Amino acid sequence: MEGVVSIAIGVLGGSGIWLLLRPRTFQVLLGLSLLSYSVNLFIFAMGSLSIRAEPIVVPGMAADLLHYTDPMPQALVLTAIVIGFATTALFLVVLLALRGLAGNDHVDGGEDAP
Amino acid sequence: MSVVVASGMPHLIAAPILLPLLSAALMLLVSERHRRWQAGLNVLTCLIGLAVSAGLLAWVAARDAPLAFGVYLPSNWPVPFGIVLVLDRLSALMLVLTAVVALSSLLFALARWQRAGVRFHPLFQIQLMGLNGAFLTGDLFNLFVFFEIMLVASYGLLLHGSGRARVQAGLHYIAVNLFASSLLLVGTAMLYGITGTLNLADMAAKLAQIPATDRGLLHAGVALLGVAFLAKAAVWPLNFWLVPAYAAASAPVAALFAVMTKVGFYAVVRIWTLFFPAAGSDHFFFGANAFVLLGLVTLAFGSIGVMASQRLERLVGFSLIVSTGTLFAAVGFGMPALSAGALYYLLGSTLTASAFYLLLELVERARLGGDEAALADNPDEGAPFVIEPAVLVTAPAGDVNLDDAEQPLIGRAIPAAMVFLGLGFVVCALLTAGLPPLSTFVAKLVMLITVLDPSGLGNEDSSPSIGAWSLVTLLIASGLASTIALVRLGVRYFWAPQARPTPRLRIAECMPIVLLLSACAALMVGAGPALRFTQAAADSLHRPALYIEAVLSARPVPAPAARAGLP
Repeated sequence: MEGVVSIAIGVLGGSGIWLLLRPRTFQVLLGLSLLSYSVNLFIFAMGSLSIRAEPIVVPGMAADLLHYTDPMPQALVLTAIVIGFATTALFLVVLLALRGLAGNDHVDGGEDAP
Repeated sequence: MSVVVASGMPHLIAAPILLPLLSAALMLLVSERHRRWQAGLNVLTCLIGLAVSAGLLAWVAARDAPLAFGVYLPSNWPVPFGIVLVLDRLSALMLVLTAVVALSSLLFALARWQRAGVRFHPLFQIQLMGLNGAFLTGDLFNLFVFFEIMLVASYGLLLHGSGRARVQAGLHYIAVNLFASSLLLVGTAMLYGITGTLNLADMAAKLAQIPATDRGLLHAGVALLGVAFLAKAAVWPLNFWLVPAYAAASAPVAALFAVMTKVGFYAVVRIWTLFFPAAGSDHFFFGANAFVLLGLVTLAFGSIGVMASQRLERLVGFSLIVSTGTLFAAVGFGMPALSAGALYYLLGSTLTASAFYLLLELVERARLGGDEAALADNPDEGAPFVIEPAVLVTAPAGDVNLDDAEQPLIGRAIPAAMVFLGLGFVVCALLTAGLPPLSTFVAKLVMLITVLDPSGLGNEDSSPSIGAWSLVTLLIASGLASTIALVRLGVRYFWAPQARPTPRLRIAECMPIVLLLSACAALMVGAGPALRFTQAAADSLHRPALYIEAVLSARPVPAPAARAGLP
């Protein structure tokens, strides 16, 4: 499972960075989104991967990480998703504004712009 | 006042975060048509914020090193589990700096810029909340959250006034910062995975128990954090976004942004001094050499940029990069005395950059002749306070032999507005270049003396390293570069032009500049106490055991029942 998850994170992150370096604003936006997916998965994986483990303490089971999954990264991921979503939405607005002002979707506002 | 502060502690520590939040929430309820109320509330909040920050600074300054920490547990949970706000000398200093710069930018914006777009005031307060929170928080994830709050508000403020240049610079700025935030998150997650905690003090205490096999992972996580902070602090090669973004931003926003690059610096200093303190151990100040090297390169890059700038706003942006480079190079040496000089330099250079951003807006407006065009969208608002061009009576030149071309200059009055702009420019130029007698000169002098003579005056065995010599050379060379560039621009802006309409300045817009420059002057006059304070701040930074002890020994307030002795 570790292998699959790390390959998934790597592929998402690599594609994100490649798209981030592209000249069109929409590609940059998608790159940032993919990158934030990979970062969120990474945070999630940092709490050690486990299957069918409870995050909340159940009566009658010893409260340690052998029996439970770490709830902390889940809380962190939730916060990171919310913040990432909001900033991506904001980026989309700026992207559209630049599209309207410059008349094209190049990140510099034109192929030959400085 | 000290009694009031002492009785309000430790709850007062949360005030710099809660106050802007509350005020921004109230402002959102006020319609944009009643901007006057928003502005009034904003000014009031900034004034209270300044008073609270000054009170906290006085509280911290009055206490001795082991007690000079204020720890506040917002949710009343025991320390490593709940979030924690920590006030120490460095954070109190940054709070006051932020409050002064914020008040000045706001007063400047009231005259004109607040009308350039909607929701300026709430965004302004949210930005302050993010800044103050980043200075006060004691755990890594909240540092990320406050960084994001600060950045989200800054995206809005950068776009304030709109226009293609701002939107385009804003797009780059947002993309770079989002990417840096991803790195910050990855670094945070790695450190959590290794240590199992997010509390900075708890983490620092647990670092010693990390097995040698995990050291590499730890260093990778910290390095990722470092890259994120270096990008936000605009260290070469991660600083290409700064100059266009700050040059495109409206003047009061750029002035406020001058503090923002210092947040990255603050975060690096806070984390590195906590995590990698002990001189002589194997991981002493991990990456310190990289800080020195990157700082020196940034310093050189900034100086070249200053020389190459054709426009004033770009020049100020590069001077911010110069100051960032100086700070990182100085702190990388890991010497408390040098860090003290660097912190003192931080205050002076930030105030200078803010004042310069405000001033150059006025200079630029004077150069383009009047501001009627920009006022056209709001014809009902005139210019209430205008300095009438005071006429200086000059004796008419008699038979002096002069060129015909210069005739019109003779006996012409120098308008007071031009005098203000010129003098302001000279003072800002002196401060930017670090020339005597102003505060940045004192700061540079302190740094030069310390770096050349690390073990104190008169000691035989003190031989500065190559890095120290490079710092000395580059500090002096950057001053020279700034002087040349500023003199060149000053000649072009103030001497060369002749047939130019007299600029009309508003007192409301001159006051903030005077406020910032007099803060610089106060720093110069009070250099002794200020340096003693930054020395104490640097000393406690280099003894992180005190910070760790203060945070970990904080206990939640017991419930009322327990306090009354009941089970």
